[in-house]
Amino acid sequence: MGQRLLMKGNEAIAEAAIRAGCFHYFGYPITPQTEIAHYMAKKLPKVGGVFLQAESEIAAVNMVYGAGSTGIRVMTSSSSPGISLKQEGLSYMAGSQVPAVVVNIVRAGPGLGGIQPAQCDYFQACKGGGHGDYRQIVLAPSSVQELYELTVEAFNLADRYRIVVMILGDGILGQMMEVVEFRDKEEIADIEKPWAVTGHGGKRKQNVITSIHLDPAVLEKMNQNLQDKYRLITENECRYELYNSEDAEVFIVAYGTVARIAKSIIEMAKNEGLKVGLIRPITLWPFPQEAFDKVKDRAKAFLTVEMSSGQMIEDVRLAVNGTGPVYFHGRMGGMVPNKFDILAQIKEIYSRHINS
Amino acid sequence: MVHEIILAGFGGQGILSAGRIMAYAGMLDGKQVSWLPSYGPEMRGGTANSSVVISDKPVDSPVLNSAGSIIVMNKPSLEKFESWVDKGGIIIIDSSIVNKDVSRKDIKSFRIPATKIASEMGNMAFANIILLGKLIAEKGTVSVENFKKALYAVLPERKHNLIPMEMEALKTGMEYNEV
Repeated sequence: MGQRLLMKGNEAIAEAAIRAGCFHYFGYPITPQTEIAHYMAKKLPKVGGVFLQAESEIAAVNMVYGAGSTGIRVMTSSSSPGISLKQEGLSYMAGSQVPAVVVNIVRAGPGLGGIQPAQCDYFQACKGGGHGDYRQIVLAPSSVQELYELTVEAFNLADRYRIVVMILGDGILGQMMEVVEFRDKEEIADIEKPWAVTGHGGKRKQNVITSIHLDPAVLEKMNQNLQDKYRLITENECRYELYNSEDAEVFIVAYGTVARIAKSIIEMAKNEGLKVGLIRPITLWPFPQEAFDKVKDRAKAFLTVEMSSGQMIEDVRLAVNGTGPVYFHGRMGGMVPNKFDILAQIKEIYSRHINS
Repeated sequence: MVHEIILAGFGGQGILSAGRIMAYAGMLDGKQVSWLPSYGPEMRGGTANSSVVISDKPVDSPVLNSAGSIIVMNKPSLEKFESWVDKGGIIIIDSSIVNKDVSRKDIKSFRIPATKIASEMGNMAFANIILLGKLIAEKGTVSVENFKKALYAVLPERKHNLIPMEMEALKTGMEYNEV
């Protein structure tokens, strides 16, 4: 491993992208992710890349669509209201299978909302934010080190499956600093892109990147192909962390920043004789069913904790599938769950299901 | 060993940079660290705070709801954070700005007129460093040697000429005893 650096989450994302061979960035500033654009503006011209601040988020995402169509690695980033504006482009890229990496450092909504951290865009990210029957891979890092590693991985996944990969963070992850250790060299998947529009030079049939198919039979076939691809991703790419799970009786389910808070609660719970584990989905789509299957025999109850009104909990309930009760703890509006409040709820769950 | 530290005061008092310097020094000491700033409207004149964790193990939560050490540089911060100090923990108060002490008996408070001392040294901006000096003296949070290196790493180059004075300020804080 290389040097240890103290870095902001947003900067680590930008550095990771460059290391992964992404030399093209199109974006529009918005708190709390603007440091990504700052970093790209400073660094990309030095490596022969392009940083472009577009006139709007809609323009930026369409520049990503265009650049991605040529087979190069490309990224955009924004925060919640800006990501809403980008949804049309994301749907078009899904339809024409153009790979790209999109970062959403989530802030509280709805509407313009506020600038403090939230996880209120889970539905938008995981259930199809734009129109049409499509999916995107959604990665949920929970440390600055992981922001780096998963951003590199996002580009490999995007190329491998010709899909948009979203990094779903929050204002805390973007703004905080932690120690990050960069590898000497990144593993960059070497993937041929015979579909890319790079100029055929009269030597091959022209490639066409489009999402329009007016013949319903053709469009249905295209959709079936997409669904096959999504099934393959679900089989191969689920990621999760099980923490303190060996003898746990109550499982917190949380991702991103909230999973970090959960880890500090597990320490406090241990001191009170409570056996609490953590299921931390790292891919939010595909959702890691396997993690729940592994613990269902010993889990007496689940507690989903989110900075939202309860969005991931729907996937948790599907994954638990009635094998145990699923409770919820959430804060909204940019408020962050308090570890003492969560511990109090765990004690209640314990007295209802375990010590009763 | 885990050090959880909250620094709080007005925007402009160097609350965020004081936290960054501590986190950086902790990293140089070979520890795992996190630094979480308040961001947004605070930075434009209201209250600011930053949370720092310095740990031998990977940092669990960078978000704190309590801390073993809290530094406060204004009265609203004392009112907000007094109840956040862990039992047996410490609170360090800039007494030239905050004319109140804690009411809790289960924590230790240190009142240092840091802004006044810093002004006498010729630069009010050293107040945060004086308070960090007391923190390091009481808790051994980071090494003085790496604190100095952290100043060079975190402060912009145009301020590097001030670092010898900042180290004086640190020493003053470390050696300060209430009269």
